[in-house]
Parts: sequence; C-alpha cells; structure tokens
Amino acid sequence: MTTPLLDARLVVDRDAFRLDVPLRVAPGEVVALLGPNGAGKTTALRALAGLQPLTAGHVTLDGVDLDRPASRGWIPTERRPIGVVFQDYLLFPHLSALDNVAFGPRRHGVDRRAARATARDWLGRVGLTGQAHRRPRQLSGGQAQRVALARALAVEPALLLLDEPLAALDARTRLDTRAELHRHLSAHPGATVLVTHDPLDALALADRLVIVEDGRVVQEGDGPSVTARPRTDYVARLVGLNLYRGRAEGHGVRVAPELSLTVADRLDGEAFVAFRPTAVALHPSRPDGSPRNTWAGTVAGVQRHGDNVRVQVDGPIGVAADVTPAAAAQLRLIPGQRVWVAVKATETHAYPATG
Amino acid sequence: MSVVLDAARRRGRVPAALLIPAGLGLIFLVLPLAGLVVRAPWSTLPQRLTEPGALTALRLSVQTATLATVLCLLLGVPLAWLLARVEFPGRRLVRALVTVPLVLPPVVGGVALLLVFGRRGLLGGWLDATFGITLPFTTAGVVLAESFVAMPFLVIAVEGALRAADHRYEEAAATLGAGRWTTFTHVTLPLVAPGLAAGAVLCWARALGEFGATITFAGNYPGRTQTMPLAVYLALETDLESAIVLSLVLLIVSVGILAALRDRWITGP
Repeated sequence: MTTPLLDARLVVDRDAFRLDVPLRVAPGEVVALLGPNGAGKTTALRALAGLQPLTAGHVTLDGVDLDRPASRGWIPTERRPIGVVFQDYLLFPHLSALDNVAFGPRRHGVDRRAARATARDWLGRVGLTGQAHRRPRQLSGGQAQRVALARALAVEPALLLLDEPLAALDARTRLDTRAELHRHLSAHPGATVLVTHDPLDALALADRLVIVEDGRVVQEGDGPSVTARPRTDYVARLVGLNLYRGRAEGHGVRVAPELSLTVADRLDGEAFVAFRPTAVALHPSRPDGSPRNTWAGTVAGVQRHGDNVRVQVDGPIGVAADVTPAAAAQLRLIPGQRVWVAVKATETHAYPATG
Repeated sequence: MSVVLDAARRRGRVPAALLIPAGLGLIFLVLPLAGLVVRAPWSTLPQRLTEPGALTALRLSVQTATLATVLCLLLGVPLAWLLARVEFPGRRLVRALVTVPLVLPPVVGGVALLLVFGRRGLLGGWLDATFGITLPFTTAGVVLAESFVAMPFLVIAVEGALRAADHRYEEAAATLGAGRWTTFTHVTLPLVAPGLAAGAVLCWARALGEFGATITFAGNYPGRTQTMPLAVYLALETDLESAIVLSLVLLIVSVGILAALRDRWITGP
C-alpha cells in the first residue's frame, strides 16, 4: 500500500459497547466497512466525520490530526476536509438541488456565483442538470442519492464518507445507481470510506473490505480473498459458504469432537474449512465409495434457494446443503428426517486460522 | 359532516354523557361572542370606529404588540434554541422559569416589573441615573409588559419546533463546512420556519390582548399607554356601546389570527 492518506484507530466507548477499529486508506482507495447491524460501522463513520468524539486512538488525515484524545487534538466537523453522504441523504428540504450542492462551496468561502457554477458542474456530472431547481421532495430516490453525492463531492473532500449509500433505494434503482456510484468513487482522488451491511454493494464499490463485527475488525482484504477465505460465520453466510474452525493435522481437520474432515490442502494448527452448499450431497443411507467425509444428521429446515432447495442438516456440525428439487423429493426431506451427509475432500478449501 | 356521522354510526352511538357537556361547552364559549355581535350598535358603528380615541388605541395596540413580538423573537428564539439544543446543568429549571409568566396573574407580573424597572426598582434606578431612561408609564413600558407576558408562548412554540426538527440536518451542514451560527441561520431557522411563524402569531395575539401587566406597569394614558384592552375597560365605565365596539374590533383581529393559523392548528387530525 502507498502512504495512507487516512490513518486512524477509532476507539469509541459507549455504555457497554466498545468500538476499536484501525483503518488506513490510501489516496484514491475505496474501503468498505462491512458488518451486521449494530457492529459499530456507523459509529466509526461518525467518528471520522467528527460527529462522535473518540475515546482513544486517533484520526489523522493527510498528516493532520483531526482527533487525538491523548494530546487533546480536535478539529471540529465543519473544519475537516470531508464530504459525507448520509443514509437518508439529509438534503436540506428548503433548498433546491442546486443550492444544496452549492451549500458546501459557499461555506468554504466561495462566492455565490462561483459556488453555483461549481454546483451546476457537479449536477451535470451526476446527470441531473435538468433537476437543478427541484426541491428534494420533488426528486426520486435515485436522484436524491446523486444530489447527495454531488453535494459531498462539491467541496473536493480529502476524505469521502458514505453511510449505506444505496440502502434507501429500491432494487431496480439500486443496480443503476451502484454502477454510477462506482464510477464516481473510482474518479475520486481522495480516500473513500463507505459503510454497508450489503456484501454486494461492498464488493461492487470497494477496493478493500474491512469486516467489522461487534466493534472489532474480524477480517480484511480485497473482495476475492475475503469471499474465498471467510474467517467468521458472518462472512461465510454473506458469501454463502459452510465454514468451520478446527485443528488441522496433515489432511485432517478436527471440526467437532467426533468429526474430522478430510481436506485437499495440507496444513497444521488452527484452521478454517470452507465449502459450498452445492458441494454437499445428501443420502438416505450411508454412502459407499469415494467421498471420505460422511456423517449422519437430522434435517432441521428446508427452503427454496434459487433453483435449488437449501437443506439445513444438524449433526456433529451444522451444514447447509443445496440439492435439486428432484433429489429433495426423492429423499422425502422433511424436518426430523435422518440423512447421511457427504462432502468430497476436493470440494473443500482449508486455510490457517492465524495470520 | 356526513362523514363524521358515518364514522360515529360505525363506532356506535356517541354517549350522551359526553355529547351534552361538549355541547354546553361549545355554547359557553360561543355565546358571549355572539352577545357582543348582537349588542353591537351597528347603525353608529362607522362613526364610533373613526372616533380618534378608538383609532389611537388600535394603532398603539398594533404597534406595541408588533414591537413586543420583535423583542420576543430576538430574545426568545435564542433562548428556545438553547433549551432545545444545548445540554447544560439546570436546563429543566430554566425551562420551568420560562413558563412562569404563563401561570402568573399578569397583574402580579406588572407589579414585579415595577419592582425591577420602576424609578426606585433594582434596574430602573440605575437606568434612570445612567441613561435617563424611564420605562414605567411609557410606551416602551407597554412593550416590556406585553413581552413579559407573551414571550413564553413564543419560546414554547419554537422549542417544540426545534425538538421536532431532525437535528441531523445540522450535522449534515457541519460536514459541509458550516459553523454553528451559519447552521443556525441557514439550516435550523428555515427548517423551523412554520413553528416560528406560529409562535410569533400566538405571541402577537397574546401581546395584543394584554391587560393586567400593562395597566399595572405602564398605566392607562390615552395615546401613550392606553391599548385596546385598556380602552375597553375604561369605556365600560362611561359608555357601554363604545366598549362593545372596541371589543368587537379586538374580536375581529383575534378571529383573523385564528383564521391565519387554521391550517396549522384548527384542522388537526
């Protein structure tokens, strides 16, 4: 990584909750804070914006301490070189789209005429020249989102912050807006931090994912490495993998006291094993032949999942299996039914739990 | 109307125990006003309205009520902002103190004002000696008395509007580089403008009708401190018809204000 533009360790104590997230973002880089609701993502964003003071740690942007409780360093929100796109946009309802976008430049000392020219230019870039004089309530969700983005970018912030930028949009608008947002984020020369609980948004928009759970970073890396090697149940669920943690010895990983999975990779020590639900086969009786990993379980749930049927099977380890509707009918899968689970070693992916 | 009846039919009969007192209450409120209209000397109304005394009192009333409203806006809006937006020790106490003039009999308010701003009052003596300013029994005194009584209405209305307004708009303004003052003038005030207008109108109406504090603190000098309510009171002792006409004018002004506010309060859900 090049020298980070943003270097932060965000520590915020609130009641029983503690957020502790280190974060470094290079110029032009887009980092997504991804995590379940209540993980502290929005608190992290507010701390970067100065809307929530840190308890400890620091926020350093381009070499300047914005917040450093240890040395009482503090720059208030209005003097930080930032732009924020809020989840529900918070466009000023009494101002036109143009004046909303011009608001930032005006506050940064630009005269009215120049600020409006800048705003018109930004509205043009997001494709809303024709909507310049509309009030926020006359804009569609997608248009409001683009005005909010233009308003945040019009001050040319060193740090752009986006809180669930697509969450308020319906599915169809979301696709178009996501593609367009990606274009603008790629063009932004400063650092970008976006917060989302949607893995698709994160994968589509960010160069790097930082997964936050319960106030801590549990995993980080680029999209492919995170999706290929999930390290927590949350990430595994996001990317649709079965994930287990256990002790590896050679080609075996003990994931439960009475169950060791045979894996293709060879490793020792604490390890994760991941495999797709489609790699799991279900049998009415103990299968013979090649699959080395077999165990008996009980069907806990059956749901449609795309074109397949997703079956939850309890046993020494809980597992999700995707089977065809035909197979499901043949196996007479109903909750409580005993089945045999089989996973080929070649379909598993094992990797160390440390580092 | 039929919609209301239909709704009542669907939900069962309206109990008489509620309907009868409700009707009596309505009659109790409306009858005196109707009496005023019925007893008004309609034939001589134009002459009486243009009597110099009536016009002078009306002009003075409108002027002082407007000045009092301006004073209340200048002092009351920042006070409301402080109560709604800033955490400080004793905030509950301050809020309680602000509402005291609401429950205080206005005459007592007038006495209290005399004790502070009177010639020998706490501040009055100093004001007189230093600047030669005398407030009691002057038009400025009328404005002061009206403001004292009317300001709580404004503060309560504006504070309510500020609390109801989404303070995150102010955060959004801060992220765009707006300091607290700019945020207040460019974002907060426009957001609470409807509440502010309602509070100002209520404040103006209360100031217009002020009697007790005004007569106690400012006296009853025609042309200087004799506002409409005072003129009505005075006329009552000499010329009942004059009093009725003056009352009618006040009534019309009050109803006009209610009509202006009708969208906001009267047609509630």
